[in-house]
Amino acid sequence: MKPDHARPSVKKSQTIRRLLRYVGRGYAVKFVLVLICIMVSAIASVSAALFLGSLIDDYITPLLAMDNPVFDGLIHALILMGCLYLTGALCALAYNRLMVTISQGVQKKIRDDLFSHMQSLPIKYFDTHAHGDIMSIYTNDVDTLRQMLSQSIPQVINSMMMIVVALIGMLTTDLLLTGVVILCVAAMLGVTRFLAGRSGRHFVRQQVKLGDLNGYIEEMINGQKVVKVFCHEEEAQEGFDAVNDALFESADKANKYANILMPILINIGNIQYVIIAMAGGALALSGIGSGITLGVIATFLQLSKSLSNPISQISQQLNSVVMALAGAQRIFDLMDEPAEEDHGTVTLVNVAFDQDDKLYETKEHTNLWAWKVPQEDGSYKYTKLAGDVRFDHVDFAYEEGKTILHDISLFAKPGQKLAFVGATGAGKTTITNLINRFYDIADGKIHYDGISINDIKKTDLRRSLGIVLQDTNLFTGTVRENIRYGNLDATDEEVEAAAVLANADDFIRRLPQGYDTMLTGNGANLSQGQRQLIAIARAAVADPPVMILDEATSSIDTRTEAIVQRGMDSLMCGRTVFVIAHRLSTVRNSDAIMVLDHGRIVERGDHEDLIAQHGVYYQLYTGAFELE
Amino acid sequence: MKKKRSLISCIQEFKRDTILTPIFVIGEVAFDVFIPMMTGKLLDEGVKAGNMSRIFQYGILVVVMALMALLLGALSGRFAARASTGFSRNLRREMYRNVQKFSFANIDKFSTGGIITRLTTDVTNVQMAFMMIIRIAVRCPIMLICAWGLTFSINPKLALIFLIVIPVLAVGLLVIMKSAHPLFERVFKKYDWLNNVVQENLLGIRVVKSFVREDHEREKFGKVSNEIYMDFTKAEKILSFNMPLMQLCVYGCMLTVSWLGANLVVGGQLTTGQLTSMFSYIMMILMSLMMLSMVLVQIVLARASAERIVELLNEESDLKNGPDPVKEVKDGSVVFENVGFSYARDPEKECLKGVDLTIRSGETVGILGGTGTSKTTLVQLIPRLYDATEGRVLVGGVDVRDYDMEALREQVAMVLQKNVLFSGTIKENLRWGNKEATDEELVRACELAQADGFIREFPDQYDTHIEQGGSNVSGGQKQRLCIARALLKKPRILILDDSTSAVDTKTDALIRKAFREEIPDTTKFIIAQRISSIEDADQILVMDGGRVAAMGTHEELLGSCDIYREIYESQTKGGGEDEA
Repeated sequence: MKPDHARPSVKKSQTIRRLLRYVGRGYAVKFVLVLICIMVSAIASVSAALFLGSLIDDYITPLLAMDNPVFDGLIHALILMGCLYLTGALCALAYNRLMVTISQGVQKKIRDDLFSHMQSLPIKYFDTHAHGDIMSIYTNDVDTLRQMLSQSIPQVINSMMMIVVALIGMLTTDLLLTGVVILCVAAMLGVTRFLAGRSGRHFVRQQVKLGDLNGYIEEMINGQKVVKVFCHEEEAQEGFDAVNDALFESADKANKYANILMPILINIGNIQYVIIAMAGGALALSGIGSGITLGVIATFLQLSKSLSNPISQISQQLNSVVMALAGAQRIFDLMDEPAEEDHGTVTLVNVAFDQDDKLYETKEHTNLWAWKVPQEDGSYKYTKLAGDVRFDHVDFAYEEGKTILHDISLFAKPGQKLAFVGATGAGKTTITNLINRFYDIADGKIHYDGISINDIKKTDLRRSLGIVLQDTNLFTGTVRENIRYGNLDATDEEVEAAAVLANADDFIRRLPQGYDTMLTGNGANLSQGQRQLIAIARAAVADPPVMILDEATSSIDTRTEAIVQRGMDSLMCGRTVFVIAHRLSTVRNSDAIMVLDHGRIVERGDHEDLIAQHGVYYQLYTGAFELE
Repeated sequence: MKKKRSLISCIQEFKRDTILTPIFVIGEVAFDVFIPMMTGKLLDEGVKAGNMSRIFQYGILVVVMALMALLLGALSGRFAARASTGFSRNLRREMYRNVQKFSFANIDKFSTGGIITRLTTDVTNVQMAFMMIIRIAVRCPIMLICAWGLTFSINPKLALIFLIVIPVLAVGLLVIMKSAHPLFERVFKKYDWLNNVVQENLLGIRVVKSFVREDHEREKFGKVSNEIYMDFTKAEKILSFNMPLMQLCVYGCMLTVSWLGANLVVGGQLTTGQLTSMFSYIMMILMSLMMLSMVLVQIVLARASAERIVELLNEESDLKNGPDPVKEVKDGSVVFENVGFSYARDPEKECLKGVDLTIRSGETVGILGGTGTSKTTLVQLIPRLYDATEGRVLVGGVDVRDYDMEALREQVAMVLQKNVLFSGTIKENLRWGNKEATDEELVRACELAQADGFIREFPDQYDTHIEQGGSNVSGGQKQRLCIARALLKKPRILILDDSTSAVDTKTDALIRKAFREEIPDTTKFIIAQRISSIEDADQILVMDGGRVAAMGTHEELLGSCDIYREIYESQTKGGGEDEA
């Protein structure tokens, strides 16, 4: 629970305001139209009701007195009434339809904004939140808005107008009795407040539990193979039942409080009716209340009905409103997550050389890139993108107090292949997380082509780096689309060339539809090794100046790996490559090998140097020592 | 053929609440009809007549009735909440139970997103509809009938007008429902898709960010989001005809009644007072119909959801226990008889062809082969994660399809290539292997898997919390935890699918040594990339293109198999161990 939950009422009014802002943005005109239509339809139904009342007195009773009844007047009256009804119905149709567009439009906008914002969140957010819980926001929480927007809001507005009409009628009839009514209404509001508060608290819990449930299902289905292999179905079911029961409990309570509100309000209305009759009757008959006649009381009683009816109608909408507020709160919580910070100003641009061999910026694809560094005087300096990476005494901790990297210094010159070896958990992947700024460190510690990476815009920095990660993630789509993910402008030939380079072309052509084979469920029917080959092709088609290969070939057999490596070496000739691997065959031909142990570089040098040193690397290489 | 399961069968222990709700609703409605009659009398006989004792008489009566109605209403609300949320809990539980039985083919058919939508969004829709049905859909028709009955008691001929409206209304509603239904079916399919897009994005966020594809993803998401918007808008717009249709019907009646009523009044067959009451009953009918139309909207929506739930409830796993399954696995011998396999169940597209193997209990089998040569596919047939398309697989002399699946998998431990740990402590994760394992057994298994050392370096040791998917331990640590987890099962057959790839050679050797010494009777299958991991195996299979290209011991294969020799030489050139 966040600390600001302590002041729920402030939060609630903010939530409502933010929701209304969504309606106002883009749908202001439509919403005004809706309001007008609701008003017209309310007026039509009110006046039709009034008209109906006068129908008997003004049209039918006179007919009785006539010897030869003329029905013309009645027909006219009925036609007029028909017109009123038709207007009312048409307006109802109009506002319902408009409200559908508004409600769905707002939901779409919220979904899109959610996703858009989520893309800008730091990696840390994704590492620390259950995926299923996040997914639940997009469906279950956004869904709560639907009913509120399309049904409850029109209903509430409609009812409010009825209440205003009734109140005005009361005030003009008798002030004293109005006072009695207002007391009753205050009681109704008190009950509503209490029950809505109760119910609201449980609806908030319900949405949280629904998120938990979503998270549980997502995690378990992802690990279904493990569940099966360990015959863990029953335990998985038990775990599910626990979350499911918690959801049931909060949903039951939330709905219970919301459900009992309506009968309470309706019957407070009935009791109010009696109180008015008794109080009014007593006043009128005893003659104390000056001006109160029996006729006044009769009118007043009718009015009090038309006041309590809309109030109970509003109360019917209460659970959808309260639930929607609970959902909206979770939506806005995600939207309020702080985005990745980026104060970088240096951008990556295409450049070309002019006659004087000086760099100038161009929009054409020159395959030549430069960093565009803003200078203090407002001009720009262009530094050619080369791939020179330096670490200067870098310390890093994901959590305070648990330092992962200690005093790491290293430099990679363009064209060099740098390798990190070391036991699992030694901090190899952390180093790559710092280069592409998945996690940020203090300014001035890491330089890229002489520029502090904190000054480079994150997107431009990442665009210059090609990364193949330990865990391969493919997306639903064809094989071709997956490879093209690395470079959306790549032609089919380029895609296939990248696949050839990654030695993936062979097996791709043997798939049922070759490059157009659909991959689903993270490439479910490909083997782990094949997925890695596609991931390598994806990075190759991006053709970046710096490449980071983090255990990129761990599931590929050594013969295939050798072929892939030859391909990558020719592609990356003259560029910088960082390699992380357990397999020493993967790193042997690197220009420099860093041996990491517990976040420190304990040895560095090329393969021959390190073997000659007879140190940790030598022992690793001969299998005589384990880094732990 | 198993009996089709219906939604209703999931009400189970909430039957009482489900039945009580409408009963209380009926009581409540009775008062709701009587109270206005009493307040009417209060007005006419008490207030208008200026009779204070009448006012008190009727007043107290109304208050008592109101309190009764309040009680009944509150009870019906309470039971309705319990019945509907309980019903939805059972639906979720039953669905999840069925999902547990699913084979991977079943899961692929629905997709993770599809399963999640069904268990959450669809259930919520059905829950809302269910609550409305047992409350409002009971209440409104009763009100309607009462009101109609009262109009009938005033003037039967006038009351008959409503009979004309019913077919009009019915046809109208039918058309609306029929045309909206297919749209809702589409909408929920798109919800599955949306869930999948979000899930993939979450899983692959590192890829998205490192390729700077945020905008591309936004576009992808925007497309789904927009399609939901389009379909949902269309569907709801159709439903928005509902209320006006009902209004028009009732208003039509009102006008007709006015006209005919006026004639009757003039003809002396009806009093003006009766006509007034007639009008107020028609208003009651209108109110009930409007409420019903709200219920109807929810029902149309929920119908699509309900069908999707039933579909999931009735999906039969294509991996099932046979009749009279064998409960005991005699030993760890494994035989493959001319086994072929295709994920698409298409004999033309087999990725495993004509495999014949005989492995004695307690043997260690190494499996080697290039990327995509179906090594994983081969071993997955042993614990029956998939069924062979051709031929048969025998464990302990019995066809795997004749075993009780749980009994078989209890004896076949498999460490998967894609290791999955679950959120929870290390201990909890380990106990997946054997939930009764003592702390000593846990430590022992971890020692064998060479995991004890690094676990003890964590501040919380065995109680260290593992994040979802094990994102806070490194690849090699994950692999060793998974091996320990498998060892705790004390299986007859242990399969390691490239499970030591991130572990250094020395540790790898220690693990194998532990296997040899501590579990000599367990049959061990080891898929590996490096020859050092398997060279001391009793038999080594070399896979190539979905076939067993060669089989034998290390020495035999060096002499007879070109592929093997080539791999061996590539890994040993330069002398010594090649990997760490």
